[in-house]
Amino acid sequence: MTPLEQANKLRAQFSDLLSEPAEFRGEVTVRLSDANRIADVCAFAKQALGFDYLVDISSVDNYGEDPRFTLVYEVYSYAHRTHVRLKCDVSEEISEAPTVTGVWKTADWHEREIYDMMGVRFRGHPDLRRILMWDGYPHFPLRKDFPLAGKPSDVPDVAFSRPAPLEGGPFVTVPGGKDTIAREPRVRIPQEDSLDTNARLERRLDVKEAHIDPNHIQRP
Amino acid sequence: MAAVQEIHVGDSAARVQQVAQAADELPDIHGEKMVLNMGPSHPSTHGVLRIVLELDGEIITKATPDVGYLHRGDEKIAENMTYTQFIPYTDRLDYLAPLANNVAYALAVEKLMGIDQQLPPRCQYIRVICCELARISAHLLGIGAFAMDVGALTVFLHTFTQREKIYDLCESLTGARFTTTYTRIGGVSRDLPPGWVEQCCKFCDEVVVNFDETEKLLTRNRIFVDRTKDIGVLPRDVAIDYGITGPNLRGSGVDYDLRKAHPYLVYNQLEFDVPVGSVGDCYDRYLVRMEEMRQSVRILRQCLKKLPDGPVNIPDGKTVLPSKDKVLSSMEELIHQFILVTQGVNAPPGEIYFGAENPKGELGFYIHSKGGGTPNRLKIRAPSFVNLSVLPVLLPGHMMSDVVSILGSIDFVMGECDR
Repeated sequence: MTPLEQANKLRAQFSDLLSEPAEFRGEVTVRLSDANRIADVCAFAKQALGFDYLVDISSVDNYGEDPRFTLVYEVYSYAHRTHVRLKCDVSEEISEAPTVTGVWKTADWHEREIYDMMGVRFRGHPDLRRILMWDGYPHFPLRKDFPLAGKPSDVPDVAFSRPAPLEGGPFVTVPGGKDTIAREPRVRIPQEDSLDTNARLERRLDVKEAHIDPNHIQRP
Repeated sequence: MAAVQEIHVGDSAARVQQVAQAADELPDIHGEKMVLNMGPSHPSTHGVLRIVLELDGEIITKATPDVGYLHRGDEKIAENMTYTQFIPYTDRLDYLAPLANNVAYALAVEKLMGIDQQLPPRCQYIRVICCELARISAHLLGIGAFAMDVGALTVFLHTFTQREKIYDLCESLTGARFTTTYTRIGGVSRDLPPGWVEQCCKFCDEVVVNFDETEKLLTRNRIFVDRTKDIGVLPRDVAIDYGITGPNLRGSGVDYDLRKAHPYLVYNQLEFDVPVGSVGDCYDRYLVRMEEMRQSVRILRQCLKKLPDGPVNIPDGKTVLPSKDKVLSSMEELIHQFILVTQGVNAPPGEIYFGAENPKGELGFYIHSKGGGTPNRLKIRAPSFVNLSVLPVLLPGHMMSDVVSILGSIDFVMGECDR
């Protein structure tokens, strides 16, 4: 059976919920319109279509769009040697989807990781705790509105963290971010050429200090 | 000489039941349980794994792994840089086999760009050689450390001598022993240096002798067998349910190897066998790794023999950096160079998942792209992370001393697990 045939069989079962299978680079993706049914779809995929191996669950933050989060399930069948991707959207207000740990045990840690990194909860999960960050960490680091340098957090008696001293580069390239001239510390800016070295240095320091938010510098 | 007395080591499941029954029947005798913290800095946790063990006497009743001590936010970092800039970070995933990670990552990005079929044959062969060298290197360390954990220190020294030779090969190939960063999107950073093929052939001959020595030291060693046979039995259906991959899955009797099931690079043109275990205990996992190394040498020999001539990069200025002399003399190449360095390769919008058979299991990359040179989301499916999730069912019922055998036989790397 090819992945496309399996996706169509899945669609025959849940016709009103599943989108037309899309193909890209030889991979078949099916989108589920109602995230609350993901566990049913997965259970059917495992029992009737032989998808016995859950390769991975990923999450995507579509920041600024609604629904905000997308959950991506990569399922694989050892018998047919086929791979199909299931996707469903979760809105920010709900931030919740049913767990698939009842279908595949391996979903346990994947779902914990998504909860930890993206803040999507899984209804019915046996042990939904943070996994990579520590218990009590207040943020969800993989969300797009979480800065790369990190945010300060202070959990009494557990841990503390401060933003990393990144200052926007030099090894960070973001579309729409600072251009290379702004990032390069040795660049000569024409307006500054008339100043002597000390004045130029002072100016730079002023600019740098202006960027530092005093609230971000927290001592443990 | 007195006859050797057979000491029966019952299977773990029966032992758990026995303990539970004893507890039901004689609640007074059933003592208080002890919670023991193993790790994060314990020699047999091979890094910073922490396991909270609940013990009844010497028998484990509950195990809770705690991971994340080495979390560096690789996935977040990847979203903020170009595809090429992320290659050095892949070195630091499974840091015992950086070459294999480089190859897997490059192939994932190339799949997204739709250029994985255009790779020149020489590049594909070189990449296969890299993957197999990485596999031998990782398994040598895995087996060496495993043997050391169960008391056979000599093996570790033997295997490390061979790993040193692989590091030398890496150094002359990539310029670095550890953090190789060898692949580029659409090729590799440099061609094989002169004399490298002969050096590698010589290594193949030498390492096989080491395999024989290791087998002599371990395979029929009474202490090693007693400490690994019927310990940590991972049944086939449990392994599949928990998404176990790599030698651990094959040790449990599942004949699944991505190099055979979904051949990438030139694996379909090479002859090799996939070893499969029958019981799924620590001993089977050791045997599978041993045989995999021999098969890797077989692949290496074929590749070194067949290695074709030709370019090592896709001859397309829009993917791979053009050569420096062209950049300095021709306008078009200068523009390509500038665009590639400042904006990165131009990947189309879309999403792909690519999994490669790495030494520890299936290393997968899910890339969600909105177009341009940076990924919108890059998820790393780390084999060690998934393989460790089985510990809560694998450890209970075993003696405290079996934990090191089981951890050694699972062969994980925390750099990859925590990302």
